Amino acid sequence: MSKQNTYSPSAEVGSVRTRRTRKQRIWIELKKAPVSAWVGILIITFYAVMAIFAPLIAPYGEAEVFDVPFAQWDDTHWLGTDQIGRDVLSRLIFGARNTIGIALATTFLAFLIGGSLGLIAAINRGWLDQLISRGVDVLMAIPSLIFALMLLSIFGSSAWSLIMIIAVIDSTRVFRLTRAVAVNVAVMDYVEAATVRGEGLGWIMRKEILPNIMPPLVAEFGLRFCFVFLTIASLSFLGVGIQPPTADWGSMVRETAQLIQFAKYDIKAALTPLIPAGAIALITVGVNFLVDWFLQKSSGLRDE
Amino acid sequence: MTSKYFRDVDQKFILSRKRYKSPKCNSVHDVTIWLSKAHLVNAVISTIFKRLGLGLITLFLVSIIIFSAINMLPGDFGQAVLGQAATEETVAVFRKELGLDKPAFFRYLDWIGAVAQGDFGTSFSGRASSGIDRSRPVIDLVAPRLSNTLFLAALTAVIAVPIALFLGITAALWRNSWYDKGASVATLTTISFPEFFVAYILILLFGTLWPLFPSLADIRPDMAMADRIYASILPAATLTLVIVAHMMRMTRAAIINLLASPYIEMARLKGETPRRIILKHALPNAWAPIATVIAFNLAYLVVGVVVVEVVFVYPGVGQLMVDAVSSRDIPVVQACALFFAATYILLNLVADIIGIVTNPRLLHPK
Amino acid sequence: MNNGTTSPKSSDQSPDQNDVLLEIRDLKIEGFADEKWNPIIKGIDLTLRRGEVLGLIGESGAGKSTLGLAAMGFTKAGCRITGGSIVYDGIDLVSATEAEKRALWGTDLTYVAQSAAASFNPAHRLIDQTIAATVREGLQSSQAAKADARDLYGALSLPNPDTIGDRFPHQVSGGQLQRVMTAMAMSSRPKLIVFDEPTTALDVTTQVEVLLSMRKAVKEFNTAAIYITHDLAVVAQMADVIKVMQHGHEVEEADTRTMLSDPKEEYTRSLWSVRMLEKEPVHSDDIVLSIDSVDAAYGKAKVLHDVNIKLPRGKTVSIVGESGSGKSTTARVVIGLLSASTGSVSFNGERLPAHLKNRTKEQLRKIQMIYQMADTAMNPRQTVGEIIGRPLEFYHGLKGADADKRVIELLEQIDLDESFFDRLPSELSGGQKQRVCIARALAADPEIIICDEVTSALDQIVQEGILQLLLRLQKEKNISYLFITHDIATVSAISDEIVVMNHGAVVEQGSKDAVLSPPYPEYTKLLLSSVPEMDPDWLDAVTAKRSS
Repeated sequence: MSKQNTYSPSAEVGSVRTRRTRKQRIWIELKKAPVSAWVGILIITFYAVMAIFAPLIAPYGEAEVFDVPFAQWDDTHWLGTDQIGRDVLSRLIFGARNTIGIALATTFLAFLIGGSLGLIAAINRGWLDQLISRGVDVLMAIPSLIFALMLLSIFGSSAWSLIMIIAVIDSTRVFRLTRAVAVNVAVMDYVEAATVRGEGLGWIMRKEILPNIMPPLVAEFGLRFCFVFLTIASLSFLGVGIQPPTADWGSMVRETAQLIQFAKYDIKAALTPLIPAGAIALITVGVNFLVDWFLQKSSGLRDE
Repeated sequence: MTSKYFRDVDQKFILSRKRYKSPKCNSVHDVTIWLSKAHLVNAVISTIFKRLGLGLITLFLVSIIIFSAINMLPGDFGQAVLGQAATEETVAVFRKELGLDKPAFFRYLDWIGAVAQGDFGTSFSGRASSGIDRSRPVIDLVAPRLSNTLFLAALTAVIAVPIALFLGITAALWRNSWYDKGASVATLTTISFPEFFVAYILILLFGTLWPLFPSLADIRPDMAMADRIYASILPAATLTLVIVAHMMRMTRAAIINLLASPYIEMARLKGETPRRIILKHALPNAWAPIATVIAFNLAYLVVGVVVVEVVFVYPGVGQLMVDAVSSRDIPVVQACALFFAATYILLNLVADIIGIVTNPRLLHPK
Repeated sequence: MNNGTTSPKSSDQSPDQNDVLLEIRDLKIEGFADEKWNPIIKGIDLTLRRGEVLGLIGESGAGKSTLGLAAMGFTKAGCRITGGSIVYDGIDLVSATEAEKRALWGTDLTYVAQSAAASFNPAHRLIDQTIAATVREGLQSSQAAKADARDLYGALSLPNPDTIGDRFPHQVSGGQLQRVMTAMAMSSRPKLIVFDEPTTALDVTTQVEVLLSMRKAVKEFNTAAIYITHDLAVVAQMADVIKVMQHGHEVEEADTRTMLSDPKEEYTRSLWSVRMLEKEPVHSDDIVLSIDSVDAAYGKAKVLHDVNIKLPRGKTVSIVGESGSGKSTTARVVIGLLSASTGSVSFNGERLPAHLKNRTKEQLRKIQMIYQMADTAMNPRQTVGEIIGRPLEFYHGLKGADADKRVIELLEQIDLDESFFDRLPSELSGGQKQRVCIARALAADPEIIICDEVTSALDQIVQEGILQLLLRLQKEKNISYLFITHDIATVSAISDEIVVMNHGAVVEQGSKDAVLSPPYPEYTKLLLSSVPEMDPDWLDAVTAKRSS
């Protein structure tokens, strides 16, 4: 083998990272994470525990009615009861399960629809891309909350129609992002190299493009989840979202809102509607903090 | 250090141009400036007209979507609106009035023709199973509320836009300072709040504990301007808080993006003062991104109005729409949706046009 | 001003203190990356006399741009000076306030950036940007400065010097913008100009004109200059003294002629190692690939006109041309990414289907491609083993241990070893990346490899290694190369035959010796004469020849 006396290719400087397991890497990253990210993680963990173990944690049943409506905060009902005498604390805990569950399902569905269409459009770049993109442009010209209200007026407010409607509307946003980032990857030479090799569409989507657009998609998943969560909460608050007797934070705010007017006489009662509202705010704050940190990380580093 | 990067970018750029366009566009032919003033104005105006046309097409397609809404009604809808007691005849009459016996294409033409003249049909509510019709024309329901909603949105915009631009630009200039970091956390938090949470906190604080402002926005047509503003303070403040957070973050990002341009570094290397760099070098290029940010947020504002109107019982289009959705009063929903969509499209159009008229590439074509 | 000759002064012995314009002593600069401060400049001394041009040369990452900016007292965002002094005309720029430095920037000290297109403000007319600093500091009235700017445009041989300043940056071509930027740097009659790779992004024929303009400007006003580049032949035309840098250190400094004829350090010699490589051309009539009367278009824009190229088996045909000449498009037609509108591509005498969709796996396997940017040619999420292993599985059905064994064999063929198997592309150096791409092409066991500018993004010494490897593989496996490049030095290092392309048509095809020696067609002559040579007198000779 003819080797140059001053030059050896394997000795060239290349920064080699220490091999670590995924767990170790995540832990190292977490140790460096700012306070806000930690706050986000703690909040999300707390909510997840509440949602998963709701029946074990909640002192009473989701729709259990007691004698006294609008009862004060005391030892039996820590946060009082609502307008028909249901325990607010229990409904708050069950609400975590319902509200988060529906929002998660919706976000997943939105990503399934928007993500796959976005990938196909990015690889196709022809008439199909044009068709989907222009269609999405038109759908996005209608503000999403308004669109949702309109469709709900037609299909009615069942949990399923809520999930389907919001997922379809939000999938337009997911499509836009997926297409944009995937187009950037699709013009890369390694995708061309795979095409020239003779690889099929499935391989190119799964192996060449998808792994390289994961970081922005993961971040978008967090942001989308917040957005879906707030939309569903708003719709429920407006009375056209999740319907009673299912416990849900948006509806809880609406049902107990009138208590605010008694703030001067009973500040605790006045805070009752603010607790579910605060619960909504807190989880979106948590997710946003986490996503913000993730975005800063993934924009700075190419790998992992 | 950056040289390799630039080389890569240039080559990638040339490559991409080569791939999708003619390579001839690389070579610029040296002709003297032949563009007269008339040519110049024409180029801008034709671009604007194209954009206007695109806006109209979008509006047209959106109107089709909104119209189709009524076609997706389940078959027994007439019965549902009129109540179980309705006779078969009244239901049949109602269905005929909706035009469900005609092909969709003709119904759309009828509908859009009427809409163009301000006729959105008659409301579903007020119809009874007996066949007595006390329903009102949709336009009479919507029209008085339009001005109320626009008033609230305008009031919010007047307060929010200057604050947001000021905060956003200063945060960009002093980026990574404590001011910037504090603003970042504060806005990130505010963005995460649902509108009604902010609204109820404001009501709790300034409506009941310290009753400075009315917590119900009781707006009547005969009110004086000052009274109107006073009654709208809390709803406007709620919207302002939410909008400022969004707009500030976007402004900050747009300005930072601009300040990272090589020509800004060049300006520094030419010894320009920070003040002149901002005013002479950054600002002329900032109008388009800033306009986009403002338009985007005003469009967001229009949507945010819905929830806020309901909280404060503010008599606007948003509240009307929510009521109509609850009672499944489709003609009213359609009218409101069309209003919101049209406003949204218009705002985006305005942003694009500002972008066009401030873009030197379009103002001074080759 | 001393308008005399600027004869190179090679040593530091000239005692005249007034003569020294800029003096940098033991300068250290750090940059913030990966959450820590890393040294970029590690203690550099630099002395520049009035009217002297210093060439700063080195490969990417040598810190030459950072040093060039530091000579003006400027550090980029994310960099900081941690030690040493920069004394300009008696002023210490390290301790000077921003306001003091601003008074110098744009007037005494000016800068010409690499990317002129990005460095002009799109919102203002060229002439206003040209004279801004001059007028601001009250050196000249706006009227006088504008008149002077027009003279400068004329002197820098810009077309329509009286009106070109009224244009906006996007209305002017890259080469012209670079000259306008030189005029901008000259407007205030500075004492020092820093040129930061001003011709790197330009085609060779444009580069000559810009080089001439810049040299003329510098000589005419006896301005001192720092000229930063990675191309030794370019700097030889511009500089009186050359300083070679590597990894933030100085390798050596000498006057231009000494440096070229008698470099002290091995590293300096490696900077033109590709030029030392020479292949003995061999003629052959056994044609493996034949491109016959091919026309091709992107949409309506026709980019190839009647292209005929023949590639003999086991030989190398280089396609030479500037950007937009259609050389890459030709490659795309051969691999079937772009269908020819007329004409055909034949492989071993058999006509290939125009589009790759219609080609068989076997046809695809036998023609492989290597790209210019190894960075973007490898999926950053796949390991070296996966990258090289995929064609083995795809074309040859090799899996598991057999595939791994073959991957390691291939790694050894490209002078790497099995420790690279698990690495990600981000853990490889530029040269290693390109080697892995070569291994990926080899894995298919091809008869033809198309090399699209495979060495142009690499440093010289690495380029040489890659070219050596390609030559060796050709000898061992009798592979034919279609080698696309704009670099004449590379061409003579590797080819048997040369094709010259311009505006989508073949200007000339022939054996290397025939093409590289007279008589030339018009365009070949222009192209060849525009390639800078390692001779300080080359630019003068070209000017003399062209004007005669």
